[in-house]
Amino acid sequence: MEERKFRWRRTAGLLAAVALVASACSSNTGSAAPSTGGEASAPATGGESPAASGGGGGTLGGTVSVIGTWTGTEQDNFMAVVAPWEQQTGAKVSYTGTRDINAVLSTGIQSGLLPDLAGLPGPGQMAEYYKAGALKTLDDTLDTATYKSETSPGLVALGTIDNKTTGIFIKADIKGLFWYNKDAYKAGDPTSFDDLLAKGKQTADSLGGDAKTFCVGLESGAATGWPGTDWIEGFVLHQAGPDVYDKWIAGTQTWSSPEIKAAFQAFGNVIDNTFGGSKNALATNFVASGDHLFGAKPGCVFVNHATFITDDFKKTGGAKDGQFDFFPFPDINTQFAGAVEGSGDLFGMFNDTPQAKSLIAYLATAPAQSIWVGKGGALSANKSVTNYPNDILKKAAADLAAAKLFRFDASDNMPQAMNDAFLKGIVDYTKDPSKLDSVLSNLDTVQKSAYGG
Amino acid sequence: MDPRLITAIIVLVGVPASVVGYVFVVEQLLRFVPDKRQASIRPWLWLLPALLFLTVFLVYPTINTIVLSFEDKFSKAFVGLNNYSYFFTSPDTLISLRNNIIWLVLLTFLAVGGGLIIAILVDRVRYESVAKSVVFVPLAISFVGASIIWRFVYDYQPPGHAQTGLLNAGVTALGFQPVTWIQDAPTNTIALIVVATWTWTGFCMVILSAALKGISTELLEAARVDGATEIQVFRKITFPLLLPTVAVVSTTMIITALKAFDIVYVMTSGNYDTNVIANQMYKELFTNSQPGRASAIAVILLLLIIPVMVINIRRFRQQEAIR
Repeated sequence: MEERKFRWRRTAGLLAAVALVASACSSNTGSAAPSTGGEASAPATGGESPAASGGGGGTLGGTVSVIGTWTGTEQDNFMAVVAPWEQQTGAKVSYTGTRDINAVLSTGIQSGLLPDLAGLPGPGQMAEYYKAGALKTLDDTLDTATYKSETSPGLVALGTIDNKTTGIFIKADIKGLFWYNKDAYKAGDPTSFDDLLAKGKQTADSLGGDAKTFCVGLESGAATGWPGTDWIEGFVLHQAGPDVYDKWIAGTQTWSSPEIKAAFQAFGNVIDNTFGGSKNALATNFVASGDHLFGAKPGCVFVNHATFITDDFKKTGGAKDGQFDFFPFPDINTQFAGAVEGSGDLFGMFNDTPQAKSLIAYLATAPAQSIWVGKGGALSANKSVTNYPNDILKKAAADLAAAKLFRFDASDNMPQAMNDAFLKGIVDYTKDPSKLDSVLSNLDTVQKSAYGG
Repeated sequence: MDPRLITAIIVLVGVPASVVGYVFVVEQLLRFVPDKRQASIRPWLWLLPALLFLTVFLVYPTINTIVLSFEDKFSKAFVGLNNYSYFFTSPDTLISLRNNIIWLVLLTFLAVGGGLIIAILVDRVRYESVAKSVVFVPLAISFVGASIIWRFVYDYQPPGHAQTGLLNAGVTALGFQPVTWIQDAPTNTIALIVVATWTWTGFCMVILSAALKGISTELLEAARVDGATEIQVFRKITFPLLLPTVAVVSTTMIITALKAFDIVYVMTSGNYDTNVIANQMYKELFTNSQPGRASAIAVILLLLIIPVMVINIRRFRQQEAIR
C-alpha cells in the first residue's frame, strides 16, 4: 500500500508540474501558429496611411508572417526593406524563403494555414487564390489614389481583379534584355533581331576559339528551363504581337499554331549559335550563364536576361561595374516595335491583421521600394523611386516607365500545370530540336486539361 | 523564453508523464473488473493510445487516399478507374515505371553487394571500426544533402575549359571529353543510383557485418583445416548462412528504391528520362492539382510494396522462431 501511495504522488506531481508549465507559458507566447495579432497594445487605426509616414499611432507590436521565394542575398535585401517598418511599429517580420512557393501556398489554401503576407508566383495564381476566397483585397489598406498615380499603369492593372487591387509589386524587372561585355562587343545597338544575329556572329568569329553568339543557361533545379521560356515569350511578343501573346496566355492560342511554332524555331536557332551547344545550355545553371561573357577567353557575345543578372555577373563572372551594358530586345516585326516584356514580385495578403495591413501598405510606398533599389539589381514599379545606383538600372527603369507595349511574363501568368509542361517542353526541345512537333502537340494536350478549371 | 524551447520541454516532460498517468488511470479502472477478465482486457487498454494514433494518422489517410484515387480532380465525382488507366497509358508514367524497376534492381544489387563485400573484407582487420564508421557516415546525411554534394561532383563545363565538377576533372585528366552526367540518358539514372548507393551501402554493411559475426568460427576453422580456399569458404558456408539476413536487407533496399524521390527531385526534377513514380506523384498533386491521379499513384506504390513487406515480415518471423 505504501508503494502504491508513493507512486501515485509521484505521477500526480509530474502531471501537476506539466500543467503548471503549460499554463504559465501559454499566456505570454504566441505559440507555433502563424500570425498572432493578439498582442496589439495600440493598434494602428484602420484606413490610416502606412505606418512609415510620421504621425502614425503608437507601437503596434506583434508579428507578421511572410513567405517569399527570396533566399540568400535577395532575402537580406527584403529584410533591409522591412527594417525601418519594424523599428517604427515595434512589430517583427517573420520571413521564410522557399523556392517551392507554389506547393506551400496551394497546400495552405486547402488547409487554411496561410501566412499573413506572401509572394504570389504571378497574376495567374493571384487570380486563382482570389477566386478560392483566400486572398484579401487591398483597397481599404493602401492609399489607393497615391498607389495608382505613382505606379506604372501596366503593373497596377496586373495586380487588379474585378476592379479591386489584390496584389502589389515589391519590385519589378524587364526581361529580354541583351547583355554584352563592352570590351568584346563594340558594334552598337542592333536595329533588328536579324541585325543582332549578324553583328553577334561577326563578333564571335573575331573572338575565335569556340566562341559563339549567345550564352544560355537553362538549369535551375525544379524550374529548369525557365530562361528558355523567357526567350520564347520574347519571340512571340515581337514576332506575333500582343494579341497573340494574350491569347496564348489565356489558352486559346494552341502551341502548334504557326506563330508559337515560329517562336520555338527561332529559339532553336539561338541554341545552334550558343556556346557549348545544347549540352552546355542544359547543364549550366542560369546564375552562371553570363560567366563566359567575361574572362580572357570569352565564349559568347550576348546573354538574354532580366536586370537581376548583373549581380551574378559580378559574383560568379568576375565582371566589374561599367564592364557590361545592355540593349532591349530588338524589333522583329516593326508593327510591334517597342514591346517590353516584364515581370515582378507580386505580393498579396491572406490574413488582414492590423500588422499585415500596415506592412503591405508600407511596402507599396516609394521609401520602402527605394531601399531594395538602392542595393542594386532591382527595378521599382513605383515611378517616384529615383535612387538607382547606376546608369544601367536608370536606363532600365526609364524603359519600363516608357514602354509603349507592356506585357507580363507569360509563363508566370499561365496555370501551373501549363507552366510546368512549358518548362519540360523547353528542356525536351533543346535536347532534341527534331522533336519539335511532338513537343508542341504534347503541350496542346496539357493545355486542354490545364485550363479546365 | 523562445516559444519553441517551451514546446520542446512540454513535449519531453509531458508525453512520458501523460503516458504514465494514463496507465495509472487504467490500472485503477481495471480494479473494478473481475480478476479473470483483467488479463484479457489489460493489453487492449494499454495499447489503446497507440492504436488510436495509428488509426488517425495511418489507417484513415490510407483509406481516404484509396477513395480519392477513384474520384476526379475536385474530389467530388466518382470516375472509376480513369486515374489508373491514365497512369498506365501516359508515356511519362511508363518511363517512370521503367526507371523505378532499374532503381530496384541496381540499387539493391549494388548496395547489398557492396555492403557484403565491405563487411567481409573488414571483418578481420584491426581498423575495422574506423572503416565501418567511414562507410556508415553518409547514411546520416539527408538525401537532399547528398544530392547537393553529388551535383557538384557531376558538374560540367564545355570541353577546353577548366572543369568545375570532380568527376569531369578526373575524366579530362585521363584525356577524355567531359560528360554531362546528369543530362545524358541512360547514364544519368545510373549516376543518380550511385548517389543512393553511396548513402545506403553503410546500412547494408552494418547489418551484414553483425550477421557475419554471428557465424560460428569453429565452422569456418573446420572448413579451412579441411583444405577449403577462402572463396570456397565464402560460397559454401558463409553466404548460405547469411542468406536470411541478405534477404531482409534486400527487401529493405527494394522498398527504399521504390520510395526514391529526393535525389531525383533535387538533381534533375524528373527531366532527361530520369523520372520516378514518387516524383510523378508529387508533380500530379502539387503542380497539376490532380489529387485523384496522385492518389492512384500512391495506391499503386502501396500495392507494389505489399508483397515485399510480406516477404520481409515472414523472414523476420522465421528469424525469431529460430531464436
